[in-house]
Amino acid sequence: MTIEIRLQQEQFDVARELALLEAGDAGAVASFTGIVRGDDDVEALELEHYPGMTEKALTALAEEASERWAVSGLTIVHRVGKLQKGEPIVFVGTASAHRADAIEAMHFLIDRLKTDAPFWKREHLTAGGARWVEARQADEAARRRWM
Amino acid sequence: MAIEMVYFAWVREAIGRDGETVDPPDDVTTLGALVDWLAQRGDGYREALGDPDRLRGAVDQVFAPFDASIEGVKEVALFPPVTGG
Repeated sequence: MTIEIRLQQEQFDVARELALLEAGDAGAVASFTGIVRGDDDVEALELEHYPGMTEKALTALAEEASERWAVSGLTIVHRVGKLQKGEPIVFVGTASAHRADAIEAMHFLIDRLKTDAPFWKREHLTAGGARWVEARQADEAARRRWM
Repeated sequence: MAIEMVYFAWVREAIGRDGETVDPPDDVTTLGALVDWLAQRGDGYREALGDPDRLRGAVDQVFAPFDASIEGVKEVALFPPVTGG
């Protein structure tokens, strides 16, 4: 079982992350990549986090996923700092002998990551200024599916 | 009982600092009571902490409800609902 968790400012390479998961000869690899959305009035996105707790929260989610599903590899990469539109912001990948375990563990991780890890998004507007992104009810509903 | 406070996102901006050491009175024993006590400190605190529905907290780096005990804890964080992913 290989767990890889990284917080970083710099861009990550999705192909490289997938290749590392595929190298384990698991049989199935599933992944999700989140991209900074190109809303018209938004110029860039800034990610704040809670150093120390964020790493702990992601590790706890990874451990829960590895207990609930038969996964042999699990990668979470989340960027922090200022990101431009179109850049990748988060990657979750899982490897397993079977597709159902890989897909469900990946889906669990991306849903729970949105509600159970301390990150806050701020949008920098093309017109100047910035606004904090509000939490969405739909994310909380998605979280409850995994209870 | 000194507690290290840390603030994030608009809570940090409204209070005007990213953290501080506080020493609440003995009858402040829960996260919710600590929030109420801090909210009385002035305008920025009231703006940041006055509406508990918009506020979340963590005790020693674990998410905690407002009825969680803060007795003997080292670090308390206050912040808006999280928006990562």
